[in-house]
Amino acid sequence: MCSTCGCASGELRIEGVEGAHSHDHQHDHHHGLPFAPRRLVDIEMDILAKNNHIAAHNRAHFAAASVLALNLVSSPGSGKTTLLTQTLIRLASQVSCAVVEGDQQTTNDADRIRATGVPAIQVNTGKGCHLDAQMVHDALHQLKPQDRSLLFIENVGNLVCPASFDLGERHKVAVLSVTEGEDKPLKYPHMFAASSLMILNKIDLLPYLSFDVEACVRNARQVNPDIEVIQLSATTGAGMDRWLAWLEQQRCA
Amino acid sequence: MHEITLCQYALETMERFARQNNARRITAVWIEVGAFSCVEAEALRFCFDVACRETLAQGCVLHLETPAAESWCHDCQQEITLLSPGVLLCPQCGGRNLRVVADDGMKIKRIEIE
Repeated sequence: MCSTCGCASGELRIEGVEGAHSHDHQHDHHHGLPFAPRRLVDIEMDILAKNNHIAAHNRAHFAAASVLALNLVSSPGSGKTTLLTQTLIRLASQVSCAVVEGDQQTTNDADRIRATGVPAIQVNTGKGCHLDAQMVHDALHQLKPQDRSLLFIENVGNLVCPASFDLGERHKVAVLSVTEGEDKPLKYPHMFAASSLMILNKIDLLPYLSFDVEACVRNARQVNPDIEVIQLSATTGAGMDRWLAWLEQQRCA
Repeated sequence: MHEITLCQYALETMERFARQNNARRITAVWIEVGAFSCVEAEALRFCFDVACRETLAQGCVLHLETPAAESWCHDCQQEITLLSPGVLLCPQCGGRNLRVVADDGMKIKRIEIE
């Protein structure tokens, strides 16, 4: 088990999938002759090759069905689910949408999405601290998103591990709320470097905080010069039109 | 934080190659961790020993190679080493006109088997 976060697989649950497992448990021991000579075997293989292979399969699937898949990443409590429900309320009548929700426990977030009338599948990662490509693949077989739909994958709230695991998405979208701190992009550079868009959420709270928006954008561009930034408040709706325009632009891209 | 998952992935590959080569056990492995990967070497060592228990790689020696954060500065026209992988600034001229050469992956180079 991981010393930092206790992350481990083995308690994975995907709604509708029996006995979901991200790894197997084979232990085929070979007991050869004693005193066998030692030798080297060259491997030269990326450890994430297996995940990347499944991610490539997901990506090919999305491309064939013209599905725009976005991977929403953030720390816990940044407002990802509220942003999603508000987005779906505005969008679902025009565009077919579907959601994969990742959390360690509970189906609360998927329930909130389903309340908007949009199909959602909850993936409970158990002790796992991120979604991987296999989990998304299995969830997609349950969800069966329509062709030309918009698929939102809400990752586990965590600014570290999800950066390393490609799910097959077109873009990672990092959601940062202004109650967090403008140096988050510097503290967690990998996530902001891997994201195409940073959404600064909860801007309605700016009058009550000492959050420096310009410094935050500067910090994000320091780790990723190309990152786009949209400021919005999912609660009041301010800036939501820019986010919806970005989504439309990506759908047509 | 996700080092245990990476160890399990690594172990799957190591055991597959070991079986293909009719190994009795894996005695050592060489793993390269890219400067831009978010892998903590210490956490990896800790998880690795745990992940290897009751496998062909039990007691296996882990050799970690951690190359520096190499990049190319277009302004200085030379190779530079970033002070921190998170901050894309040339340590010589302070410019950001960089091309990152360092890897963000984690690679199994080779294993030693018997």
